[in-house]
Amino acid sequence: MDKDISRRLTLWLLLTPFILWMLLLVVIPHIDMFLLSIREKVGPRQYEMGLGNYAEFFGEPFYWNTLARTAIMSVLATVLTLIIGFPVSYYIAKIARSKQKKILFMLCLLPFWVSELVRTFGWMILLRETGIMSGVLQWIGFVDQPVEMLYNDITVVMGLIYTSMLFMIVPLVSTLDSLDDSYIEAGYDLGGNMVSVMREIVIPHAMPGIISGCIVVFMLTLGNYLTPILLGGKSSMWFTGQIYTQFITRFNWELGAAFGFLLLALSSLMVWGGLRLSGQTLASTVAKS
Amino acid sequence: MIPSISQSPFLRFSYATYVGIFFVYLIAPLIVVAAFAFNDSIFPSLPWEGFTFDWFFNDTEPKLGVFHDRSILKGISVSFFVAICVTLLSIAVGTSNAFLFERYDFRFKSFAYILMLLPLVIPGVILGISILVFSNTLANGIEDSLNWDLEFLRPGLVLVVLGQFSFITTIATLVISARLRKFDISLEEAAYNLGGSKFDVLRTITLPYLRPAMFGAGVVAFLMSFENFNTTLMLVGSDAPLTITMYDRLKEGSTPVLNAVSVFLMVGSAFLALISILFQKEK
Repeated sequence: MDKDISRRLTLWLLLTPFILWMLLLVVIPHIDMFLLSIREKVGPRQYEMGLGNYAEFFGEPFYWNTLARTAIMSVLATVLTLIIGFPVSYYIAKIARSKQKKILFMLCLLPFWVSELVRTFGWMILLRETGIMSGVLQWIGFVDQPVEMLYNDITVVMGLIYTSMLFMIVPLVSTLDSLDDSYIEAGYDLGGNMVSVMREIVIPHAMPGIISGCIVVFMLTLGNYLTPILLGGKSSMWFTGQIYTQFITRFNWELGAAFGFLLLALSSLMVWGGLRLSGQTLASTVAKS
Repeated sequence: MIPSISQSPFLRFSYATYVGIFFVYLIAPLIVVAAFAFNDSIFPSLPWEGFTFDWFFNDTEPKLGVFHDRSILKGISVSFFVAICVTLLSIAVGTSNAFLFERYDFRFKSFAYILMLLPLVIPGVILGISILVFSNTLANGIEDSLNWDLEFLRPGLVLVVLGQFSFITTIATLVISARLRKFDISLEEAAYNLGGSKFDVLRTITLPYLRPAMFGAGVVAFLMSFENFNTTLMLVGSDAPLTITMYDRLKEGSTPVLNAVSVFLMVGSAFLALISILFQKEK
């Protein structure tokens, strides 16, 4: 009896920080943000409930175009990250020998220990008008005047791929690593070629890694701020930039909160959809990466 | 395509080349940033004007080095302060959460576990603005009803710490839980049989066992806090952490002093990575 009480007491002692953290920093702030988003200003210090902010979002093509653009470019960046990252992950997991494998894997992780700001800065030095790439192209005579490679969509997508690569490679290497070589050998023995073995054996086996990598990469890309703003410049039209503008520059918190909620809804929908599609749970996907 | 199955040499060669190019892509920006920290020019760009340490040590404009650049030094100290607060808080709450989820059963446990994971799937910008909105509601409510102006609820370092803490704690919880799960419970039972009190057992058996994970979680928390941008941007007040200071400079188009700071950040991260790897090997 005594032991039971003490156990209950400890449970509550452990629950308290958890509940405080969750309620005060995650649950209530998001509810409050939602409440703010359905509030309209009708006069000085006078507010009414209503969906006016959402109506403004759908009524103004610039706003929903920005969100659509952000979503499409995020999907594109995710797919390209997968296409570029898969062969590299396969090489690390299946072709490299044990020592080389460790080194290559560490080399993949290396850039991500460094701040995203520093990495983006590196791309700016490489790609701007007075940058290295422009210099190299002039030196080999490919172009005869400086070229500006920043501030376009291709560069933004390239930067997003760069930033998210780690979150694709880690789950891919770990699922590919668990595929026994003998299955691939058996596939060849049964008359398969490279394409059919890939399609019938390797990719189905790697599917959980592919899905969880894609979910995480998409989510991070959609919510990214630094890369699109710095590499895309003023014309980048990224939705998180729009949220920042509403909150900090225009001080229109109601509209900003509505934007925030829409971004959160889109991101959650994609995560949920991806999990449903692959039959995985949030715990199995997120907890690993 | 595995080593035991022969492939045409051409195919093998082009595959290896592809992987090689990929690693160049991965490393190139870092090398460029580091290299231009030593260029004797006002701009971090070509042409190469010769090697210099001015961007570290020089004390006069226009070539003000890192060690004499007040706003950057201030940013570094602010970031340190924030990162230490976030690290300590998230290790404490993370350890408590690990015990909660690994050792206890309670109603809605699986729901609570999903809730615990949520901060990782909420974009950082959104976490930032939601905390900004809520703290503002609180501050206004308190000011209207009690007439107290609570400064810490306005954008500033307290909110930055709380904002970063809100998602870094999830990571700390996951890292520490993973190790607690592997703990052999009979060790604790033995200690109880030998007459240890609950507190003694926790202090001498369980916590020492968890120490590597707590340390590892601490390193990750420190780095994530130091490098955080998205959440911080929304909550920052007048004292800007380093990432915010650097971002503001970057937008204006800065001198290579930013490269010099970046070199420090790289060396620092590499150092932390090394410690955490060595520490994990030791246990």
